Amino acid sequence: MALSIRIIPCLDVTDGRVVKGVNFTDLVDAGDPVEMASLYNLEGADELTFLDISASSSNRETTLDVVRKTAEQVFIPLTVGGGIRSVDDVDRLLRAGADKVSINTSAIARPELIAEIADRFGSQVLVISIDARRARTESGFEVTTHGGRQSAGLDALAWVEKACALGAGEILLNSMDADGTRAGYDIGMISAVRAISKVPLIASGGAGALEDFAAALDAGADALLAASVFHFGVHRIGDVKRYLSAQGYSIRNNATV
Amino acid sequence: MIAILDYGSGNLRSAQRAFERSGKEVVVTSDRDIALNAQGLVVPGVGAFAACMRGLVAVGGDAIVRERLAKQRPTLGICVGMQILFRDGDEHTNGVLNQGVGIWQESVTKLDAPILPHMGWNTVEVSEGSNLFKGIEDQSFYFVHSYAAKQPVGVSQVWSTHNEKFLAAVEDGAIAATQFHPEKSGEAGLALIKNWVGML
Repeated sequence: MALSIRIIPCLDVTDGRVVKGVNFTDLVDAGDPVEMASLYNLEGADELTFLDISASSSNRETTLDVVRKTAEQVFIPLTVGGGIRSVDDVDRLLRAGADKVSINTSAIARPELIAEIADRFGSQVLVISIDARRARTESGFEVTTHGGRQSAGLDALAWVEKACALGAGEILLNSMDADGTRAGYDIGMISAVRAISKVPLIASGGAGALEDFAAALDAGADALLAASVFHFGVHRIGDVKRYLSAQGYSIRNNATV
Repeated sequence: MIAILDYGSGNLRSAQRAFERSGKEVVVTSDRDIALNAQGLVVPGVGAFAACMRGLVAVGGDAIVRERLAKQRPTLGICVGMQILFRDGDEHTNGVLNQGVGIWQESVTKLDAPILPHMGWNTVEVSEGSNLFKGIEDQSFYFVHSYAAKQPVGVSQVWSTHNEKFLAAVEDGAIAATQFHPEKSGEAGLALIKNWVGML
């Protein structure tokens, strides 16, 4: 009897649709988010994540609608990230049916936002998403913004410690070096973050081969988030879970009841 | 009719939809009479113990739960909605315990585990004769919490383990509770809800 590892597909949503692309370019329409959420649920996703990549506030209203419809039909946890800047933004998403929110740039700009959200809704709703890459900082890893193109001027491990102290309930660690390469997760970075944090850790960026998922778990990840390998059909969620189960990892028993 | 008690604790829309899957009419309410007289009452709860208890007391929820129990009307507590049914909890208290409703005379304390919150899908150890878990004894359920009750209470206990053993669910006559979120536990959770509704 043990806590299962979690497999979390991430859907990029804008204007009420799921889009997929490589490195935020060449976005193509990939379908209806509610339908895709249902499909991933049936395939055995342990949670779902929507990343709102909308540029305008009117599109964000549409995203609230998508969250609402998904939460009414799919009864597994739903995390929503993208464009969250205030406690009120979090309130709107939670009321729409999100179970957790993830914040990234807005927390870098104003770290107190972490404490404000945790105080109001509890740490368990708050995922701190960190886009990190290898760099010549104290720990060897730095935080980036703008999809990995700019340095945030923060050491990644120092930022993890600060975010946890302020009330982060979970860390989503995205490797900007590995992102989109399908060459494997950044194992060194996962181990480094695991060693200094006591909250659940979700690894993201670089998933390609089935062995990659196992390596990230061995490095200390509690959950694995992936987008392109699932969207482009490289692996089905069930294949990943069957592989991990055969390797001795604890996966959720979700046989149809 | 099932009432989900609205006392300011998070979004209840998805919980409402999950309970509606059982075929029953479901209302989200803070109205005392509706909550008192509903066939089944659900007490949800997210966030901290003390904040939840304050919200519950503000709508008279503690008295409603006690009166329902006295009249043997079914009530189901979920997550912090389970925890506040205990005598007290030590979440963020610096030694002074937060009082709960006191249906069960035990405490809710922090889990002793290297990684908290206990977040994700975990299996459960079901006692024989459980009505709530009939047909889903081998399933996993979705947990998000850092505190839990660790002493047996009620007629039938269901246990789970996150570094240490804790109460995942209790069945005690008209009152039942789950530390996990059945409304977020996929098909297994919907089956548990159906089992509870079937006993109303």
